[in-house]
Amino acid sequence: MPLAIGALAPTFTLPDTDGTPTPLHDGDSAATVVVFTCNHCPYALAWHERLQAVARDYLPRGVRVLQINPNDAERYPRDSPAAMAARVAAGEFAGPYLHDSSQEVAHAWGAAVTPDVYVLDAEGQLVYHGAPDSDHHDDSLAAEWLREALDDVLAERPVARTETQPVGCSIKWLS
Amino acid sequence: MVHSVSTIELLYWDGCPSHPEALRDLRAALDELGQPELEVALVEIATEEQATEYGFVGSPTLRIDGVDPLPPAEDEPPGLTCRVYRLRDGRYSPTPDPADLRDALRQLLPPSAQEA
Repeated sequence: MPLAIGALAPTFTLPDTDGTPTPLHDGDSAATVVVFTCNHCPYALAWHERLQAVARDYLPRGVRVLQINPNDAERYPRDSPAAMAARVAAGEFAGPYLHDSSQEVAHAWGAAVTPDVYVLDAEGQLVYHGAPDSDHHDDSLAAEWLREALDDVLAERPVARTETQPVGCSIKWLS
Repeated sequence: MVHSVSTIELLYWDGCPSHPEALRDLRAALDELGQPELEVALVEIATEEQATEYGFVGSPTLRIDGVDPLPPAEDEPPGLTCRVYRLRDGRYSPTPDPADLRDALRQLLPPSAQEA
């Protein structure tokens, strides 16, 4: 079951591609975006640049974006830690790219696909869950559903659109 | 002029949501090529064993008389996954570029009555 809107998101600490433990909360974020994503999924790849643009655009406004790869890297080697590190080294990520090797975080959050987008407010409560926008083909949409949710949070008003249907590749669970 | 009807298969894995869009694009390409009467067989690939047996590198995969009109890289491993396509402008996509699909079908399908 996915997290309910308004629920306090389960905390975690996951390693980034350098092995540095990275916690969900750093103490002073105005909002936090968590995206379950991966290397091999065409939906994740199609939305990828739009999500990096969000991370860059909202960083100065106190928004932290954490991207998590939860896939079984043994069956899907393109999602291996080495492949993740190569993408980070190539400058493809605008924020930490974390590895959920046990898949405990993906299970705890009820993530189902990549990409699967969650927005937390400053208190760590879930205020948006779903897709970045309505069409993976259309770059001009610019992850507008995610941006709208962040704009609402940062303006300290209720998020108008709290849930949309995530669209993407199923998470590749451990056998 | 009589032409043999090709076998068109759309191989898909249900864990990937892209095959309905691929089927729509395929039907549109067949319409555009004047061959809307050609049937498309949907073939579900449900297990890793089937993926290996069929040489299925991801969903969706098209076969025209057993030939992939948009062949993957030779080292692409079979498996239950969404297939990554590149659009003509370089962007990633879960479905083929409709123009690539149309051009590939034109090469592989027999000419239509209209074109003959």
